[in-house]
Amino acid sequence: MPAYILRRFLLLFFVLFGVVTLVFFLIHMIPGDPVDIMLGDHAALADKQILRHNLGLDQPLYKQYFNYLGGIIQFDLGISIHSKKPILKEIFERFPASAELMAGAMIIALMIAFPLGIISALRPYGLLDGTSMLVSFLGVAIPNFWLGPLLILLFSIQLDLLPVNERGTLAHLILPSITLGTAMAAMLSRMIRASLLEVLGEDYVKNARAKGLHERKVILKHALRNALIPVITIIGLQVGVLLSGAIITEAIFDWPGLGTLLLDGIYSRNYPLVQGCILFIAFIYVMVNLITDIAYVWADPRVRML
Amino acid sequence: MFKNKLVYIGWVIVILFGLGALLAPWISPYDPYELRLSEQLIPPSSKHLLGQDANGSDIFSRLLYGARISLTVGLLVVFLSGTIGITIGLISGYYGGVIDTGLMRVVDILLAFPGLLLAIALVAVLGPSVFNVMIALTVLGWVSFTRLVRGQVLSIKERDYILAAKTSGQSDFRIMFVHILPNVLSPVIVQATFSVAGVIIAESSLSFLGLGVSPGTPSWGAMLSEGKQVLLDAPHVSIFPGLAIMLVVLAFNFIGDGLRDRFDPKTEKS
Repeated sequence: MPAYILRRFLLLFFVLFGVVTLVFFLIHMIPGDPVDIMLGDHAALADKQILRHNLGLDQPLYKQYFNYLGGIIQFDLGISIHSKKPILKEIFERFPASAELMAGAMIIALMIAFPLGIISALRPYGLLDGTSMLVSFLGVAIPNFWLGPLLILLFSIQLDLLPVNERGTLAHLILPSITLGTAMAAMLSRMIRASLLEVLGEDYVKNARAKGLHERKVILKHALRNALIPVITIIGLQVGVLLSGAIITEAIFDWPGLGTLLLDGIYSRNYPLVQGCILFIAFIYVMVNLITDIAYVWADPRVRML
Repeated sequence: MFKNKLVYIGWVIVILFGLGALLAPWISPYDPYELRLSEQLIPPSSKHLLGQDANGSDIFSRLLYGARISLTVGLLVVFLSGTIGITIGLISGYYGGVIDTGLMRVVDILLAFPGLLLAIALVAVLGPSVFNVMIALTVLGWVSFTRLVRGQVLSIKERDYILAAKTSGQSDFRIMFVHILPNVLSPVIVQATFSVAGVIIAESSLSFLGLGVSPGTPSWGAMLSEGKQVLLDAPHVSIFPGLAIMLVVLAFNFIGDGLRDRFDPKTEKS
């Protein structure tokens, strides 16, 4: 186990280094003078010189790269062009909103996926199972930038039940969470069904039934717990889907999170900010994957032995 | 039985949209770019089946042309990323060693970007256009093919018939493409079918965010983005492009699911 975790951490550092390098050179590949792009053609020469110097763009590329690496080690992602604030500070101002949205989506997804998955597995090929299969096909196929507007039309405009746009009360969180969580619910319910079906055929489940345990106890305690192990990995992987889905969902609902920060950065050509946001999101994702891997090893004693 | 029906429904939808895309110049009732500013946001009528958008353009005609973009991008990107991904996966799995480790580290780095993030970054750098969207989605897409093929190759290359081919003096190239490739193809075809659905959603997502096609182009994602601006006054502008995306994605997923059951009878039981 310690050797595994050590290996995992070494890989983590390599991947993070690769991500930083890739994003840095990607952003610096942008054709044209970034200063011209950012300030426009009509900016005063002196202003351009100042910005160029502040961004370190008057130095050779390899020096800029090492400066950037050095900055990252000290948690410095540079200065945002328009607001003149440190980029990491801007990211941390926006991150809670994104985290809130993702947590909401995750809760919605789990609330839908578990009942749906369990019911489908208990009566496979029944009417409910068929319905839940169709629902999950739909859940995956509905693009969230369509689901969002549809939900707004129904719940905010027609029924006037829920507020729309921007962040605030819990009620503001409901529609964006459903929008973001639906695809995950669909995917997850099928995984729970498949995993539970597999476990239900195992000998220890038969044994639990044979010794006369209540069926509910058999399902919840003996079967579901074991069925959850592969589901953990899927939930971890799905966080990545949430992270990128959040960018679109935030755009639909004008949600003041990381996604809209990134998009605003792209639209206003604030490239240091774009670079920072991409790195930060990738970093979160890599960390979640690491935690998922470790949780998986921890949850399954059979893997722990290796 | 039930699933078989879904596969047929999938094919019917794909063929219908494919025909619509192919025949768009002949069957679309109006020019999709035509501006009729006096007829803005008019709901569906007998003259305009699905209504008119903010420019007064005919939504049905724009949907037909949008199908061209979605299907072309979907199929082309999957073909390109599949070809690249399969080749790299074969090389990585077959040779192993340093080549494999190196290639897998590249894969690890690309997988550190969740979902669309890398595509968003690439399009932000390259600039919005259909061509750049295809580049970005290909860069994103080959990885899953590589991982799939590499895993298969690792188990197949130990089999006796590969050893036989080696001892009979066949070239590595021949062994990879003639002896191994046909045996890994069925999961790849399944993956490719699902990928078409994924790429179509990805293209519309980028276009929705304003990072895809250039403004005014009738892409389903861009139409939804325009629809969002007028959601209150003209919901019909948003409804139909979204429905089109959902149907096509659903269809490819039905087909992929059917193919998976067919190639791997084990999954049908679970």
